[in-house]
Amino acid sequence: MAYTKRMDGRKFDEFREVEAKVGVVKRADGSAMFRIGKTIAIAAVHGPRDLYPAFKQDSKKGVLRCSYDMLSFSVTERKRPGTSRRSIEIGAVTTKSLSSAVDLSAFPGTVVDVFVDIVQADAGTRCAGICAASMALADAGIPMKDLVSAVSVGKVGDKLVVDLDKEEEDYPDGATDIPVAFLERAGKLTLLQLDGSVSRKELKDVLEMGKKACTQITEVQKKALKSRYSEEGK
Amino acid sequence: MEERNVVVPGEKLAEGMDHLPSDGAFREGDSIYAGRLGLLYLVGRLIKVIPLGGRYLPKKGDNVIGKIADITFGGWRVDFGWPFHGNISMKDGSKDFIERGEDLSRYYAHGDMIVGKIVNISGSKIIDITMNGPGLRKLKGGRFIDCVSSKVPRIIGKQGSMISMIKEHTGCQIIVGQNGKVWVSGDEPEKEILAIKAIRKIEENSHVSGLTDEIKSFLEKN
Repeated sequence: MAYTKRMDGRKFDEFREVEAKVGVVKRADGSAMFRIGKTIAIAAVHGPRDLYPAFKQDSKKGVLRCSYDMLSFSVTERKRPGTSRRSIEIGAVTTKSLSSAVDLSAFPGTVVDVFVDIVQADAGTRCAGICAASMALADAGIPMKDLVSAVSVGKVGDKLVVDLDKEEEDYPDGATDIPVAFLERAGKLTLLQLDGSVSRKELKDVLEMGKKACTQITEVQKKALKSRYSEEGK
Repeated sequence: MEERNVVVPGEKLAEGMDHLPSDGAFREGDSIYAGRLGLLYLVGRLIKVIPLGGRYLPKKGDNVIGKIADITFGGWRVDFGWPFHGNISMKDGSKDFIERGEDLSRYYAHGDMIVGKIVNISGSKIIDITMNGPGLRKLKGGRFIDCVSSKVPRIIGKQGSMISMIKEHTGCQIIVGQNGKVWVSGDEPEKEILAIKAIRKIEENSHVSGLTDEIKSFLEKN
């Protein structure tokens, strides 16, 4: 059975509706919410603050530390709360995809903590988390050279698609999920994971589609960041 | 490129060699980009991006309010809201001659609140604070509140207009540290609370224009 039309009626290169908001967590130094379709991520940044145990400190620059967690009510079947192998891995890839954008050389010996919580999950949670974390870092006044945006691209049946939802991920004929993250200005790839199989040509095509979608997502991020403070400048 | 515009990290601010990147901006190739979220300022040929949020970043010459966290052999250590403590050397702590082996808690004890001035920053870990200067002293009594450090200029107002208005109306002594800590001390607790309320109001409505008049009517009403 060929996949001729997407289940929610989107075009193949169209992502779900995106909403971004900055400053959602009052007690954090910086925070942001990012929603794509039904997936909602909230990120809060604390720091720069002191890092213990002391052997983890870097005397040349600050350390970025991201943690990812899916809240127990975020999925249809209750998720066991707390850290899991999956959440540790996603925290690590989030850190890696953001670390080339932030510049912590001014804060040696400190840590910048980013907490990403998924409030509602409908596939593409790590990408939503990265988008939220990037905005939250900017909101916290952390020096950054670039904004990071992420989207999951992939293959459903025999079609290349942007931003798979849960239904598409579970497509009976098999789906391939490729989360990608891009640095907006430099246009460089900072996250590339692959779950499934694609041909070399398909991968190239799908990355192009991802880049295009990320550029559009960055515009939403920028707008959210600017709108929070636009009044302040006047 | 317009002054006082909000810019986001990675946004192109200028092209060519006519401008120089300063605080919060950087050059890559021929262009200058914003290095943080903030307001764009032009100072001559310099391009600056002033941060709008986040933690306080220590700057030389800032007056800060802090708490004595430790007493060492050579002076005191101050917690002023930065990951690392600031140092007050014996020379900077007091004008008195301090004899060898003297009990330093006679001058500043653990938990004392002080207002000092940052005189030197080398790296993020070494921050020197002095107590020698006009208005720098130990703070006794009163109340301390924490504000967002980026709102401090608004709390103080143009040439101190806002803060002197609050002082006048409430009769309180108020000291605003650049690190966002504010000390309020008055004769009556009600007056102190009113001053704190006014400061909180400024913090919340810092983006509103004509805030001075609003705060004035607020103070007159209460």
